[in-house]
Amino acid sequence: MKQYLLSVYMVEGEPQPSPEATQQAYKDVDALNAEIQASGAWVFAGGLHPPATATVVRASDGDVVTTDGPFAETKEQLGGFWVISAADLDEALAWAAKATRACAAPVEVRPFADEPEN
Amino acid sequence: MALGPGEIEGYFRREYGRCVATLVRFFGDIDIAEEAVQEAFAVAVDRWPAAGVPPNPGAWITTTARNRAIDQLRREASRHDRHAQADLLYGHDDPPGKLGPVRDDRLRLIFTCCHPALARTAQVALTLRLLGGLQTPQIARAFLLPEKTMAQRIVRAKKKIKAAGIPYRVPGDAELPDRLAAVLAVIYLVFNEGHTASDGDSLIRLNLCDEAIRLARVLAELMPDEPEVLGLLALLLLTHSRRAARTAPGRPLVLLPDQDRSRWDREMIEEGQGLVRRCLRRNQPGPYQIQAAIGAVHSDAPTAAQTDWAQILALYDQLMTCAPTPVVALNRAVALAEVAGPQAGLAAVDGLDLGSYYPFHATRADLLRRLGRGAEAARAYDAARALTANPAERDFLDRRRRALTAD
Repeated sequence: MKQYLLSVYMVEGEPQPSPEATQQAYKDVDALNAEIQASGAWVFAGGLHPPATATVVRASDGDVVTTDGPFAETKEQLGGFWVISAADLDEALAWAAKATRACAAPVEVRPFADEPEN
Repeated sequence: MALGPGEIEGYFRREYGRCVATLVRFFGDIDIAEEAVQEAFAVAVDRWPAAGVPPNPGAWITTTARNRAIDQLRREASRHDRHAQADLLYGHDDPPGKLGPVRDDRLRLIFTCCHPALARTAQVALTLRLLGGLQTPQIARAFLLPEKTMAQRIVRAKKKIKAAGIPYRVPGDAELPDRLAAVLAVIYLVFNEGHTASDGDSLIRLNLCDEAIRLARVLAELMPDEPEVLGLLALLLLTHSRRAARTAPGRPLVLLPDQDRSRWDREMIEEGQGLVRRCLRRNQPGPYQIQAAIGAVHSDAPTAAQTDWAQILALYDQLMTCAPTPVVALNRAVALAEVAGPQAGLAAVDGLDLGSYYPFHATRADLLRRLGRGAEAARAYDAARALTANPAERDFLDRRRRALTAD
């Protein structure tokens, strides 16, 4: 089995979904989480507060500098993620397809470099 | 028997895909499979001229390649990296019978190469290299790219297959339609790249057409029950059957109505038409089959004037229901002009949002010319000419524009 990171991207400046749509997304994500857990593919998952709440800590020349975040100066920011285990990319992509429908946002699938301990 | 390097090269091209596909299944790794097969061919170059070609060259290459790769992996395992290599070997220590070609090996490899997680350009390069047995410099030349760029593209794609775990598997029924469409698109793109020959080096690029037909044949052999696969092969054959007539002395591009039909390849036409008839019997139409059927109708006409345009228009109507793109609509308008006159054709063309597509302006120009609107036709030819860099197409447009003022 391999592990994959499924990252949900939020695009700053896009129109906010209606409260009903947001509620629906929460419900759909809960249902998907239950499905991933039941299948045994679940490793970890979580949703994040908006990028404005981020802080960047960086070591430089022996000092550590703390600044207001986020680190990446782009409109596309991580909104939440899943870590799942899957036999291959197709299995991971099948979960990602469900994930993008549930949270109504694009999902990036990326393999972890190390195989998990079995 | 004298056996020149050219003949071994021929075996290489024919057997490479099959051998690599089998060894990818065996070792679970594309690089190991490719290195082993290349090494086995090097052995063949040494031995075959004296010992003769073995009765089953593909099986000989596959066995030799497997044995070489196992030796190599054992040597490496004894030096370092014991765990990984030992695992690889013992995991695959199958009885020798299992090395024999499995019908699906190449099919699995095609679907791996054309996986949607890879960029289209990488899909094309990998398919030509792994299934077509083309070397990276040949692929780079065919696509007019520096060798280094093509090599990086292939290396990166192979790394992604490995790291991301792109499977080596024929997709299940649910995914198959989408995944097969990607495979067909890759083969069609290879063909069009060769067909359009956007520079003077047309001979090399023409080989891309042969390569695409070869890949389509392999796919048709492996998936004989997929009508769109047969449709694609038929479309490529019927289009390619006219290649000799597409040029004439002093004329780098001759379009269908003006072609010398005696120069069409009858054998390819017959094969293409036979495939179209097979598709019709199945009655599961799709875009490639319908385009092939249109090609078949053209091939049936002894002269351009005898073309059954009503049937072609009906086929374009059908194509519009399953692939309603502006380019299809433009081609439909050409057929409509033949059936209902240039005014009706022009009305259909003018509604299309294809301002940056040179055939749109070339088609408009031709219809305006037929309507006697010479000044507008000249402007449309100019617009078309500004949109193509292809010398053959430019020459064609210049001729048309000159003919206009001569009228």
